[in-house]
Amino acid sequence: MYIYDAFDRTLVAERVAEFRDQVARRLSGELTEDEFKPLRLMNGVYLQLHAYMVRISIPYGTLSSEQLRMLAHVARRYDRGYGHFTTRQNIQFHWIKLAEMPDALADLAKVGMHGMQTSGNCVRNLTTDQWAGVAPDEIEDPRIYAEVIRQHVTLHPEFSFMPRKFKIAVGASAHDRAALRIHDLALRLHRNGAGELGFEVMVGGGLGRTPFLAKTIKPFLPKRDILSYTEAVLRTYNQFGRRDNIYKARIKILVHELGAEVFAREVDTEWQSIKDGALALDSAAFAEIAGRFRYPDYARLDDSPRSFAEARRADPAFDTWVANSAANHKTPGYSIVTLSLKPEGGTPGDATADQMDAIADLADRYSFGEIRVGHEQNLVLPHVAQRDLPELWRKLDGIGVATPNVNLISDIIACPGLDYCGLANARSIPIAQQIATRFRDRNLARDLGRLHINISGCINACGHHHVGHIGILGVEKNGEEFYQITLGGKADENATLGTLIGPAVPFAQVADVVEDIAAAYVELRERPDELFIDTVKRTGVEPFRERVYATR
Amino acid sequence: MTSPLDQKIKITGPVVVTANRVGDGAVVYRSADGGWTTRLPDAAVTSNAATARELVAAAVADDLRAVGAYVAPVKLTADGEVRPGNLRELIRLGGPTVDLPVTFGI
Repeated sequence: MYIYDAFDRTLVAERVAEFRDQVARRLSGELTEDEFKPLRLMNGVYLQLHAYMVRISIPYGTLSSEQLRMLAHVARRYDRGYGHFTTRQNIQFHWIKLAEMPDALADLAKVGMHGMQTSGNCVRNLTTDQWAGVAPDEIEDPRIYAEVIRQHVTLHPEFSFMPRKFKIAVGASAHDRAALRIHDLALRLHRNGAGELGFEVMVGGGLGRTPFLAKTIKPFLPKRDILSYTEAVLRTYNQFGRRDNIYKARIKILVHELGAEVFAREVDTEWQSIKDGALALDSAAFAEIAGRFRYPDYARLDDSPRSFAEARRADPAFDTWVANSAANHKTPGYSIVTLSLKPEGGTPGDATADQMDAIADLADRYSFGEIRVGHEQNLVLPHVAQRDLPELWRKLDGIGVATPNVNLISDIIACPGLDYCGLANARSIPIAQQIATRFRDRNLARDLGRLHINISGCINACGHHHVGHIGILGVEKNGEEFYQITLGGKADENATLGTLIGPAVPFAQVADVVEDIAAAYVELRERPDELFIDTVKRTGVEPFRERVYATR
Repeated sequence: MTSPLDQKIKITGPVVVTANRVGDGAVVYRSADGGWTTRLPDAAVTSNAATARELVAAAVADDLRAVGAYVAPVKLTADGEVRPGNLRELIRLGGPTVDLPVTFGI
């Protein structure tokens, strides 16, 4: 956990007081909607189909049990008893009244939470690996660097009115769990040939209407330069990014139009003028921020204690869940546990207030009071002793978050879609539910293996459909919902954009199409352990296209 | 973004003017008496473009009570009942088409 200091607490409290005054002036008519809208957006408050929505920032996806309990309180007191975890490691509440928004934000401020950097053309909430600090393949905790950048860019006047929003992700593992290449700016910590630590800098990634994967503009940036180089990228974008056309305003368009090499030269020119100034990260400043991250006092334990191994042998359901949802931890005797927010029939990413309270209690008891949010819209208990897993599993199962479907076909990433969102053209959630129901047979799902389905209800791609193994994009045709299907996308270290397989299919046929694709995969795979994504890569989409459209 | 007042209003059937209420964001419809109602049957329905423009102009001017006013299609049933004219408006009126989360097992 990162512990906020007095400066952070003051900043958040002052922002709530300011927003309370702005809301009062809006409700009294002193502010028009045109005047008020940019102010509410700076606090994460959107207006959607049925109500106001507030998006709360969860920096790098790390939550304390105290914060999760407060989210439960807000869900219960001001909303309709639930919240929605998003693909950017944030949480949204979909039904809060504007008049009550300041009280809700004041309650959240008590635990250091707020809606800043969740909307508007600023640097958005930084994201990272939900296994940060505990992953065995990690070089160093990437959240420290994310926090360094967060402190610099939060409310930074130069970066509060950029051409468009700006999303930064930081990773530090060989395996990319943070979808780095779909970000405006991504920083991957690694060692160079001399064994020194530094960052690969990637820019210009993003999905939406014009998807691009980020391009590497600097293979190795020394750690000390992370702030100055980030600032140089932001300044270059601020100067050259287009403000005349919202569809061409993201940095991905600038990098594409200039070319990565030219963009990199512009950044370098800017960087040379600031790299040895105040933004050079000195070791004392870094140590001060790193020191505010508190790590658990782990017990000295052995891996796979006897009671744990016996429990796995005795109960196939427990064994299945462990194999699916518990991952290796860097500390012997501990596991990283993923809590599936994808129950059959549920809405991907939703959690009720009661579930949040229960998970907070379980985090206190079994995970040193810490919870993570992943961009796949699941939660994580990052520090669970393996000896506690049998007992924890029973309790998680009791609150509906132990479905053993993590990374399987029903672990679907989906945006809220037309059921909530004013931008959407089609619904996402019912499509996810239909697919999950179709593949409810857990043996079938396990046989299919790792398979990511991503669903977006419009071209803005909040469901990251371009990088789904199976991507589903809702479109509207003559007043009806249709869905385009892409195959072969992925968001890891080998990120790829999916390929469209053919004409869009109607709402009622989407689950059938996914079933056809799954059946084609089973026939096409060379071995039972050839993953779906590897089969698509080997065969291309053509055999899948033929299977899907042969009878349509 | 084009202001609702500058948008060409093409009307091929009956329409209402709808918006979201300022205080809580609830879906509201412009009524014939110049107020707002959450009940679609009480909305002012017109098939006339000039009338629709007038309704929108008045609705947009009423910025204190409602936000984002626009013209939305409706369908009239044989017995005169007013129904939303498309899926988006159906969802705005009736809420999400999926069950809201309920606590599992606790």
